[in-house]
This record gives sequence, C-alpha cells and structure tokens, in this order.
Amino acid sequence: MNQNQIIKWLRKNLFDTWYNSILTIVCVFLLVWGAKSIFSWILFIAQWKVIAVNLQLFLVGRYPEQMYWRLWVSIFIILGLTSVTIGSLVKKIPNRWLPLAWAISFSVILWLIGGGLGLQAADSNLWNGLLLTLVMAVTSIVISFPLGVLLALGRQSKLFVVRNFCILYIEIVRGLPLIGILFIAQVMLPLVLPDDITLDRVLRGIAGLTLFSAAYLAENVRGGLQSIPRGQFEAGKAIGLNSIYIMLLIILPQALRAVIPALVGQFIGLFKDTSLLSIVGLLELTGISRSILAQPEFLNRYAEVYLFVGLLYWVFCYSMSLVSQRLEKV
Amino acid sequence: MTHFWRNRKFLSIAAQLISVFTVAIVVFILWDNLTYNLELLGIGFGFDFLQSQASFDIGETLIPYNPTDSYYRALLVGLLNSLRVSIIGIILATIVGAVVGIARLSTNWLVRNLALVYVEVLRNTPLLLQLFFWYFAVFISLPKLENQISFFGLINLNNKGTQLPFGLEISSELSALILGLTLYAGAFIAEIIRGGIQSVARGQWEAARALGLKPGLIMRLVILPQALRVIIPPLTSQYLNIAKNSSLAIAVGYPDIYFVASTTFNQTGKAVEVMLLIMITYLTISLTISLTMNTLNRSFQLKER
Amino acid sequence: MLNRKWYLLFAILAVMLSMSACSRRLRGGNTTTISRLDTIKSRGKLVCGVSGQLPGFSFVKANGEYAGLDVDVCRAIAAAIFDDPKKVEYRNLNAKERFTAVQTGEVDILSRNTTWTFSRDTSTGMEFAPVIFYDGQGIMVRKNSNIKNLEDLKGKSVCTQTGTTNEQNLADQMRQRGISYKPIVFEDVNTVFTTYEQGRCEAITSDRSQLVSRRTTLSKPNEHTVLDLLISKEPLAPAVKNGDTKWFDVVKWTINSLINAEELGVNSQNVNQLTNSSNPEIKRLLGTEGDLGKAAGLSNDFVKRIIIHVGNYSEVYDRNLGKNSELKLERGKNKLWNQGGILFAPPFR
Repeated sequence: MNQNQIIKWLRKNLFDTWYNSILTIVCVFLLVWGAKSIFSWILFIAQWKVIAVNLQLFLVGRYPEQMYWRLWVSIFIILGLTSVTIGSLVKKIPNRWLPLAWAISFSVILWLIGGGLGLQAADSNLWNGLLLTLVMAVTSIVISFPLGVLLALGRQSKLFVVRNFCILYIEIVRGLPLIGILFIAQVMLPLVLPDDITLDRVLRGIAGLTLFSAAYLAENVRGGLQSIPRGQFEAGKAIGLNSIYIMLLIILPQALRAVIPALVGQFIGLFKDTSLLSIVGLLELTGISRSILAQPEFLNRYAEVYLFVGLLYWVFCYSMSLVSQRLEKV
Repeated sequence: MTHFWRNRKFLSIAAQLISVFTVAIVVFILWDNLTYNLELLGIGFGFDFLQSQASFDIGETLIPYNPTDSYYRALLVGLLNSLRVSIIGIILATIVGAVVGIARLSTNWLVRNLALVYVEVLRNTPLLLQLFFWYFAVFISLPKLENQISFFGLINLNNKGTQLPFGLEISSELSALILGLTLYAGAFIAEIIRGGIQSVARGQWEAARALGLKPGLIMRLVILPQALRVIIPPLTSQYLNIAKNSSLAIAVGYPDIYFVASTTFNQTGKAVEVMLLIMITYLTISLTISLTMNTLNRSFQLKER
Repeated sequence: MLNRKWYLLFAILAVMLSMSACSRRLRGGNTTTISRLDTIKSRGKLVCGVSGQLPGFSFVKANGEYAGLDVDVCRAIAAAIFDDPKKVEYRNLNAKERFTAVQTGEVDILSRNTTWTFSRDTSTGMEFAPVIFYDGQGIMVRKNSNIKNLEDLKGKSVCTQTGTTNEQNLADQMRQRGISYKPIVFEDVNTVFTTYEQGRCEAITSDRSQLVSRRTTLSKPNEHTVLDLLISKEPLAPAVKNGDTKWFDVVKWTINSLINAEELGVNSQNVNQLTNSSNPEIKRLLGTEGDLGKAAGLSNDFVKRIIIHVGNYSEVYDRNLGKNSELKLERGKNKLWNQGGILFAPPFR
C-alpha cells in the first residue's frame, strides 16, 4: 500500500468528521497510555512464577502423573475427529459414520480418564483444573441434549399432564440462578435419593448443570421446532410414516440445524458456567486457581492468576463462537 | 378390526394415564425418601424457624437490622440488597450497552474496534472470574484510607470502598459486584442493541433523510421505535440474567438474598424450606421483570390491521 | 364387556403401582438394623470427612498424604477395626456441606474441627463423640494496628467465615458490649484469610487453634498476633449420624482409649512390653484380660492396635499441634484432668 492509500484510509476511517477526529485522538492517547502501563506491568511488575510452577495443577490438577498417557491419547482422538469433521463440513461431503464415531469416542475418552473396566481407576477427586472443566462441560451438554429435546417435544405435546409438567419444569429452572440449582443439587439430591445411591460431588455438579442446561436447550429447540412449516409434518403423514418416524427423520434434523447457532451459544454459556462449581467446592479451573492463590508463596498474585485463567476460558469460548459463526454460513 | 395398538383414541388415553402414573409414582417415591430421611435426622418441616432469632450480623443493610431480629428480617435485608444490586445493574448496564452498541456502529475504525474488543473479551470469560478479578485484583488491592486515590476530591477510592459525591459510600464488595455485573451484561446488551439498529432497513434512513428530518429526529421517530421492537425480547432475557447473576454476590462477600438464605440453611439445617424460599424469591423477581418488559414490548408491537 | 386392550392397560398400571412399593417405607425398616460398623467392615475402609485445608488438624502434605489431629482420629478408628491405619478414604468437605455429608451417609464420620453445640446435636441429625480438642474463639490482628481488646474493634471490619459458630458468637459478644462493627463474611475459608491479609479487614475471628495454624501460612506471620481474649467455648469433637449406637460406641471408645492410654502411661514405644504388665487396668485396656473389645464389635486388642499404629493422645497432640509440630500450641486445657487440664475419659471396665 503506498502512502496515498494509507492517507486515504486514515481520512475515511479515523478522521472523516470533526468529532471523529477528536474521538480518534482521545482513543489513541488512551490506547498508548493503557498499552504502556499494561505492557510494563506484564513484563516488569507481575510475577509469573505462580503460573509456571502450578501449570500442572491448572491444567489437570492432581491427576496421577503415570496416567498422563491417557490424556494424550484422548487429545489425539479429539484432534483427529475434529479435523475429519471440519474436512467433511468444508468439502460438504457428509460422512454418516461421524456422529457414531463421536459418540463412541466420548465413551472411550471417559473410560480412559476415569479408569475402571480393566484400567486402573483414577478417583474423580483427582480430576481438577481444566481437565475437570472440560469433562463436566462436555458430559453435561451430551446428557442435557437429549433431555432438552424431549422437554421441547413434551412441551408441544397434546397430553395435558406431559405438556404442563414440561412447561413447569422449564419455567422454574429458567427462573432460578444456576447457583440456586447447584445448591438444590448439592443439598437436596442426597435427601431424596434412597440410601444406597450416593452421588459424589462431581456427579452432583454434573446433575445440576445438566438439569439447568436442559431447560434452556428445550427453549432453543422449541424455537427451531416452531420454525418448521406444518407442511413438512403433513407430507410425512402423506407418505405413510407414523409420528415418531416423522419426528426423528424429518422434523428434528431440520429444527436442530436451524438453531445450531443458539445451541453453540448455549454450550459456550455452559462452559463458562462450570466456573460456578467452584462455589460448591469442586476444584475445576476457577476452583483450583483459588486454591493455588491460597498457597503461602503466591498469596497476592490475583491479577496474574485470574488473567491467565481468563485467557484459557477466552481461548475456548472465542474458538467456539468462531465455529458457530462459520456454521451459520454453512 | 384394528389392533389395539393402532387405535389412536386408545393410545392417546393409554399414554396419558401411563404418563400421569409415572410422574405420580416418581414424585411419590422421591417425596417418601425425603420425608423418611428428614424424620430420621430429626429435622421437621415448617416455617416457624423464621420467627426465631437470627443471631448473625449482616454487613450492609438498607433497613435497620441487628442480630436479635428474626430470620425473616434477615432474609428481608438480603432481598432488599439483591433488589438494589439488580436495579442499579440493569440501569447502568443498559447505559453502557447502549454506548458500546452505538460505538460498534461508528464510522470511526478505532472506536468500532475498541468496542469490538470490549464485547468479545467480556462475553467469552466467565462472570464469576470477572467478579473475582474486580474484587481481589482491583478493589481490595487499592491503597488504604490514608493513601487513597482521589479524583478532584469528589470520588475517592480506597481498599474499603468507593466514596462518591453527595455522601454516597459504596463498599468494595458492592462496588466490585456492580462493576462486574454492569460491564458483563453491558457487553451482551451492546450486541443486542447493535443487532436491533442494524435490523432496521437502510431504506428507512434514506427515506427519513429524503423527508428532510435531522439525524436526531430520525433516530427518535423512525429508527428507534423499529429497532426497539427487535431489541426488547432479548433485552428482557439479559435483564433476567442480571437479576439472576446478582446471586454471585456470595463470592465477593456481599449479603444478598441467596447469601442470607444460605447462612440460614447453615444454621438451621432446614434444606427444603430454604430451597423453597430461594425459589419463590427468584421466580417472583423473574416474573416481575418479564411482565414489565412484556407490557413494554406490547406497546411497541406492530399494530396489524 | 371391555375390549382386551383395556384389561392390558389396567394390568400395566397395576404393575406400576406395585413398583412404587420399592419405596422404603413400604419395604419396612430392615435397613436400619444394619449398623454402619458392619458396612465399614465389609467395605474394607473407613470414609472420613475432613477439611483438608487446616494445618495441624487435617491437611494434605506435599506427598499427597493426609496428616493432622482429625486425620489421626480416623486413622485410630481404622487401626481399631482393620489393624491398618491406612484403610481410610478422606473426603474434603467445606463448612456448608459437612453436615449433609454425615446425614446422608456419604461419610462415616465427620472429623473436621467441628464445634459441639446444643443445636447441632439436636437439630442436624448428628451425635457428637468425646471432645478431642478444647478450643475457644479468638481474634487475630496486625501487631501495628494497636487493637488490644474487643472495644478497640469499634467501627472496624472483621473478616469471618459463614456456616460456623464464629459469626454468631462474635455478633453476640459485640451486641452485649454495644460495639458496632462491620462483618465481612465469606463462604470459603481461604478467601477469609486472604482478604484479611490484603488489609480489607482489621481483624479476623475464628477458633484460636485455626488462627494460630493459619498464621503460619500468611506471607509475614510475625506481623500478626492472636489476641489473648476468648470470645466463646469451642469444644471440637468428631460426629456421626444419629441412630447408630453400635458405630457411635466404637468412635466414642476409640477416643476414650487414646486418653486413657496416656493416663496409664501406655505409648507406642512401650505398648508391646506393657501387654504383659501386672497392672489390671492396663491389662483390660490392652485386651489381655476381659472381653471389652468384643462387646463393642471389635477385637479385644483394639486399643493395642490403636496405640501401635497411631500412639496415645499426647503423641498424637505433640505430632500435630505440639512440640513436634510447627505450630507449637500449648496443651493448655487439653492436658489430662490430673495434670491441670480437663481431658477425662471414663474407665475401661
């Protein structure tokens, strides 16, 4: 770009009117001052040792070192499947084995991380940090998805009891803050379940997240269902399918495709909401960072730790929102 | 003769009866377990405990309160604190969101992208983390009273709180909570407002200008009413989120209704009653906000012939 | 008259109704006669609810092992039942979920520096075992703050943790003296201490043992001092679920045996020789005479197992809180009754 083009660009974008010029000057001034302070803080004042020393704790918590190979295998599986999925989406070649592959790999990865059935078990209290955040977010989304679809379908049902039960559930759960639902899951679940069934803390957290997310998912799916023209249902009946097949093969695929952006937005929200589990004693990414901040050597390193953890969350959430924007175009 | 499993009327009645029975039985089993466990533990059910002495102090109260007051009064204090945070948060977040939303549409590249950075950073990090950052890394890291930061003697910042003009003093806890909630919700509201303004067809601007209206009048009479139609429903859900997110006050030590209810549970062990109180409170607040916004929404709806 | 389909439907509904009989009430109360002791024995390990964050009482060492006074109580019980103090699974519980965990049976015993009070004994469905540490609530301040007693706290902020007796006791004392103050309350104990350290509050209140223990984890311990005053009595005792006398007896007598062993001079070094002692009290304690252990559902030599693996009360105290630890807390009231303290266990007879 030669000098003329640069000046033209500057004039058009930054200095086109008198108030824009003033705004630009003020912004540039603030930016320079801000950048200088921030960079000097990052490079000279902040003590990043707390991150370096505790990196393991942040990422996987107290997961036994000898079992790290399982985590590497899981990452490998995820990366492999993701690249295949992106490839098939970009090239528009649908691969019918993909959903099945994802489902199987989900169970395999859970088995790898948790152990049991041949592999040595890793107690769920040892899964901390980013590992726990990811496990809980994915598990909640996977379980709450069918639950949300069922609730949305139930809400459309002509059966009085089913419809009102679904409406009641959705409206009550959506009216409560997540921390209230987690409180209920933590305190009430043990009281209503029979003695022989004990849910450990991680399961109760997942249960709370799932129940919460299912209600919001149900509303998103309902929006999708309502956008399907009645003609689709009638056409399905005309070719002789019964209601269940119509739902499964015709209505749901279209409805879900229509609300993919909302669904991804829901997942991003859920991922951020896992941070609330730190309040009920789970040591996921936010929880473990508070626990690290309680170590005597690192007592005042709030800014460093929270900025680092914030960056980790931001990377995941922003990537997901980019994926959602791309999916919208597909 | 159609088999019974193809008879539509029969299936419908059968399905209804089976579903009623399933729901009733599940509820019965859960309820039974609950009462059995409560009985075993010696915890009865009843709201009489609300009259007994709370015996704990509350740091910030809008109405007079001391530890000899009942749990009922303590919960009322918590409720007023929650409402205070929610209402201030809603007002400030709307202002912030409007400013940033309009900035996102500015012709100035710098302003537009600064707003974009603000929105994308704040939307993609958890609110809880932001609250921790504001409270621990900023507000209680401020210097002590003797060395406080002062802006022209009107606004003073120290590690106990913020002093504003007209004698207003806000504690660090409340400051962090309001700031965190406002900035977070402001990012979402900015996108909503931007979407709303962009949804108004370009032709409307041009037609209004062709009529000779000044920019201020165009905004007020033509664009905003149409934009608000699109803005109000998602704005409602953001307001609801602000009210619900105020429950995170517990993480920064501000005594809102959830915090006080949680303390009540810790001291009385009355899980079910406290849970019901929390549910009723938040559902009422949500319902009020929804109804108010829905009435507002209706006044903006297209009046079809 | 009715078609077959209706009969089928009613049959299905009837089956569903009978399934609801799976509910406990209708099944009968058989489950209540199985004591938790038997469950623990068949499970092969004890599940112990601890704090995990309080040096001296229960915390996790760098090598992943738990240590502390509360931890040693659980190790003693495991030694008594299994002859192996390692057969314990520890669960970290915060102040809010500790009672629910016992009530629902998630943990067998709550050994978590919990104060024994009337209301906790009667309305939370728990029973408290003998006190293992007589403590009191205190206040910690910075040395340079010139706060020497409660009156000096007028108008100041005090950090405290919710879900504890501390918040109520402080409120009581300040109200009695008519002193106004500002409580800054958090749920998480770490947050309370870090907020105090940041200087947000001038003082922090908690059990004195917790203040002394946590002071060692502050960045500049010498800048802080624990005041000499006591706001309340805080007898710390383990707790078990209501309604299980057999299990409760085992816990009770494990603790009593720790105290009695110190009283009789039995410790981990001399317990083997003393098995052949001529002292009838020692003989009954260690099980060489009598069937006391069996009556409680344990082996007769359960005390010997405890002393060999864990030691007597003084060894446990010195290791965790006393002269062999970093805290160097004076035993004070925690000495034996015949040595100036108030530790008194019923006799082994």
